[in-house]
Amino acid sequence: MNEQLTHMTKEVTAGKLTRREFMGKAAALGVSAAMASTMFADAARAAGPKKGGDLKFGLFGGEATNSLDPATYASSVPQTNGKQFGDLLVDVAGDGSVETVLAESFEGSADAKVWTFKIRKGVEFHNGKTLTSEDVLKTMQRHSDENSKSGALGIMKGIESMKADGDNFQITLASPNADLPYLMADYHLIIQPDGGLDNPAAGIGTGPYKMEVDEPGVRHMYTKFDNYWNDDAHFDSVEVVAINDATARTAALQSGQVHVINRIDPKVAGLLGRAPNLTVHSTPGRGHYVFIMHVDTAPFDNNELRLALKYAINREEMVEKILRGYGSIGNDMPINAAYPLFDESIPQREFSIEKAAEHYKKSGHDGSPIIMRTADGAFPGAVDAAALFQQTAAQAGIPLEIKREPNDGYWSEVWNAQPFCASYWGGRPVQDQMYSTAYLSTADWNDTRFKVQAFDDLLFDARAELDNAKRKEIYSQMGMMLRDTGGLICPMFNDFVEGVSNQLDGWEVNANQEMMNGLISRKMWFV
Amino acid sequence: MHPIIKLVAQRLALGLLLLLGASALIFGLTEALPGDAAQAVLGQSATPEALANLREEMGLNRPALTRYFEWLGGILQGDLGQSLTNKLDIAESIGNRLGNTLFLACAAAVVSVPLAIFLGLLAVRFRNRWPDKLISAITLTSVSIPEFLIGYVVIYFVSVKLGWFSSLAMVNDSMSFGQKLYAIALPAFVLTLVVLAQMMRMTRAAILNLMQSAYIETAELKGLSTFQVIARHAFPNAISPIVNVVMLNLAYLVVGVVVVEVVFVYPGMGQYLVDSVTKRDVPVVLACGVVFAAVYIGLNMVADIVSILANPRLRHPK
Repeated sequence: MNEQLTHMTKEVTAGKLTRREFMGKAAALGVSAAMASTMFADAARAAGPKKGGDLKFGLFGGEATNSLDPATYASSVPQTNGKQFGDLLVDVAGDGSVETVLAESFEGSADAKVWTFKIRKGVEFHNGKTLTSEDVLKTMQRHSDENSKSGALGIMKGIESMKADGDNFQITLASPNADLPYLMADYHLIIQPDGGLDNPAAGIGTGPYKMEVDEPGVRHMYTKFDNYWNDDAHFDSVEVVAINDATARTAALQSGQVHVINRIDPKVAGLLGRAPNLTVHSTPGRGHYVFIMHVDTAPFDNNELRLALKYAINREEMVEKILRGYGSIGNDMPINAAYPLFDESIPQREFSIEKAAEHYKKSGHDGSPIIMRTADGAFPGAVDAAALFQQTAAQAGIPLEIKREPNDGYWSEVWNAQPFCASYWGGRPVQDQMYSTAYLSTADWNDTRFKVQAFDDLLFDARAELDNAKRKEIYSQMGMMLRDTGGLICPMFNDFVEGVSNQLDGWEVNANQEMMNGLISRKMWFV
Repeated sequence: MHPIIKLVAQRLALGLLLLLGASALIFGLTEALPGDAAQAVLGQSATPEALANLREEMGLNRPALTRYFEWLGGILQGDLGQSLTNKLDIAESIGNRLGNTLFLACAAAVVSVPLAIFLGLLAVRFRNRWPDKLISAITLTSVSIPEFLIGYVVIYFVSVKLGWFSSLAMVNDSMSFGQKLYAIALPAFVLTLVVLAQMMRMTRAAILNLMQSAYIETAELKGLSTFQVIARHAFPNAISPIVNVVMLNLAYLVVGVVVVEVVFVYPGMGQYLVDSVTKRDVPVVLACGVVFAAVYIGLNMVADIVSILANPRLRHPK
C-alpha cells in the first residue's frame, strides 16, 4: 500500500493526478479522508504554484458608496480591490520587515532624514503608460498636499519635501524617522499614473489584475494583466464579492461559491473549521479592542481612578467570552508581541478586585455612576464586553453605568468626542506609527487626550535612533508610561479569523493587514 | 371629462405633491442625522484638513436649503445628480438596482399573488375543515418566522447540504433570463412565504363575509357547485379589499426586502439605500426615497382605481 501511495503522490507532484482522483484512490486503499487530504496538499505543494483558475473572495466591508480611489479606502472590500489593480512602493512582509515592490531598493541617509527610493524599470500601468518617478511623486503629493482628501494625510505630515530625480524618488523629512519605509507601505498609497490626478477612481495601477467590472457594494471583477511586471499572481481572474452578512459568508464558503472569506464570527469559527473542504486561519494581529478615557476630563483626570478601572477588568474572561479564544490579552498599551522591537519583559497587568478597590478608594471618587458608552459597531461584542466590565467593576465597588449608543454615527459623535467609550484600533506595522497616530500630544486621533511632553520626547528620540537595542529600550519605557498613566484600557488583541478553501494552497502568515496582508491573489494558487 | 379620467388626473396631481413633501421630509431627516458624508467616508482616519477639503469638494459647506433646491432643480430636469461618495451617476446606479429589485419583486409576485388567492378560495371552499386549517397553519407559521431565519434555513438545506441552488443570488447583465431566474429562486421563494399569509387571509375573510349574503344563497339554490359560487359570485364582490392588500404586499416586495437582499447578497435597492444612509450620501438617499415613495403612491393609486372599477356603485356615482 505504501508503495502505491508514494507513486500516487509522485503523480500528483507531476500534475498527473487531480485531487478528486487522488482522494478516490486513497480511499480505495483505506486511507482516511483527512489523511489523504493532507497527503495531497503536501504533494501538490511540492509541485509548486500552478497557474490559472478564477479566484473568488466573499468579503465583509463592501458598501454601495465605495470608490476605487485609494484615498477613500477604509474597509475590507476597497482595500482588497487596491491589492488587485495596484502596487505600493514597498509592503510589509510576513516577518514584519519591509519588502520592495515598485521600489527596487531604498536607503536612508545616516541621520534618517532623507530617504531615496529607486523606482523599478519596465513597469507598465494598465493604460499602457510606463511607470516613472514622476508618477510616484504625484501620487504622494495627491495624498499629502494642502488639498488632500486622503485617509493617509495623517501619516504624511512629517514630510518636508519630495522630489523625483531620474529613477529616484526622494523624501526629505522635517525630523528623522528610521521607520519611514513603513509609512510608504500604507494601503492608501497605491501608485497611480500621473498620481491619479486625472481620474483617481479609474482603478488603473500596475498591479497583477486589471479592473473589468466595478459595481460598488456588489462585486468587482479583475482579469490577469498580460504585461504585469512580476511573476507572482497565478490566477486568470479575481472576483471580489461584497457579502456583509456573516452567515451568508460562511454559507458561501461552505458551498464552494467563494474561496476566501474574512471576519468569521468567533462563535462559529470552531464549528466551521470542522468542514472538510476549507481551513479556518487564525492570525494573531495588532488590532485591539479598547475602552478609552480622556485623561483631561473629570473624573478620568485622576490616575488612581484610571488604575482602579484598569485593575477591574478581567482580560482572560474577555478573550474567552468575547473572542472565544481567537485573540490574546492586552496590557493597557497598544503594542503586543506582533510588533518588532517589543519588550517581552514588561509585566502583565493582572485582574485584581483588591487592587481596583484600593485605587478606587485612593481616588476619592464621590461614588456617582461613571458613564461608559458602547455600541456593537465599536467592536464585535462591545456591548457584551461592557457588561462584563460593569460586573467585575461592581465587585470592586466601582459604579460603572453603560450607555448604549447607536452604531450609526458612533465614529463621529462618540469616539474621540465622549470621555469614556469602547473603541477599536487596527494595528500599525511599527510601534512608532501606532504611537504617532494616537498618543503623540499633537496627534489628530489622540483619543485618550494623552499629552505628555516626556512621552513625545521619547518618541522623537526613538525615531532618530538607528540602534535597535536602544530603540527597543525607549519603546519599552514608552509602553510602561502608557500602561501606568495612560487613558487606554486594552483588554484584548483580536486575531484575524478567515476561511480559505482547501482548493487553494500557499497560505502564509502575514499579520500586517487581514487576509495575508491582502496578498492572497498574488501568493496563493489552485492545487 | 369621463369621471374615471378625472379621478386619475386628480390622484396623479396629488401623488406628485406627496412626492415633493416626501423628498423634503427625507432631506430634513437625513440632515438631522449626526455627522455628514465627509466624516462618514473618512471615518476613523479623518484629519481636520482632509475633512475640510472633502467637504469643500462635496459642496457640503453650503447651506442645506441651497443644496435641497439645487437637487430639486436637477430632478425637475430629469437629472438625479452624482453620488457624493463615489461620484458615480445616480440614475445609472439606480437603474441597475431598481431593475434588480423589480425583477425579484415580480418573480415573487407572479408566484405569490395567484397562489395566495387560490389558497384563499380553497380555504373558503373547505372552511373549518382540514384543508382550511392546514393552509392557515402553514401560511401563518411562515409569516411569523422572521424572514432572515427562513433564509438561513433554506440556505443551509438547499444550498449548503444539497447544493441545488446558489446561496448568492448574484445577477448581472451577462446572464440570460433563465440563469437570472435560477439565481433568484431562493430569495423569491422566501419572499413568497413572507407575503403569502396576509393576502391569503384577506381573500378568505373577504369572501367568507360575503358568503352570508342572500344572493349567495340564491346561487347555491340555483344548484351551482360551491367552488363556482365562490369564484363566480362571491369573488368579484370581494375584489376591492383583496386588491388593496395585494398592492400593499407588492409595495412591500419592492421597498421592504432589504433583509432578504442582505441574506442572499442580492444587489437591489434596499442595500443601496441603507449604505447611502450610513454614509450620509444625501443625493442617493433622496433619489431612493423618492423612487420608493413613488412606488407606494403609485400602487395605492392602482388599488383605489381598481376598487372603483370593480364596484358599480362607485363607478357610476349619482
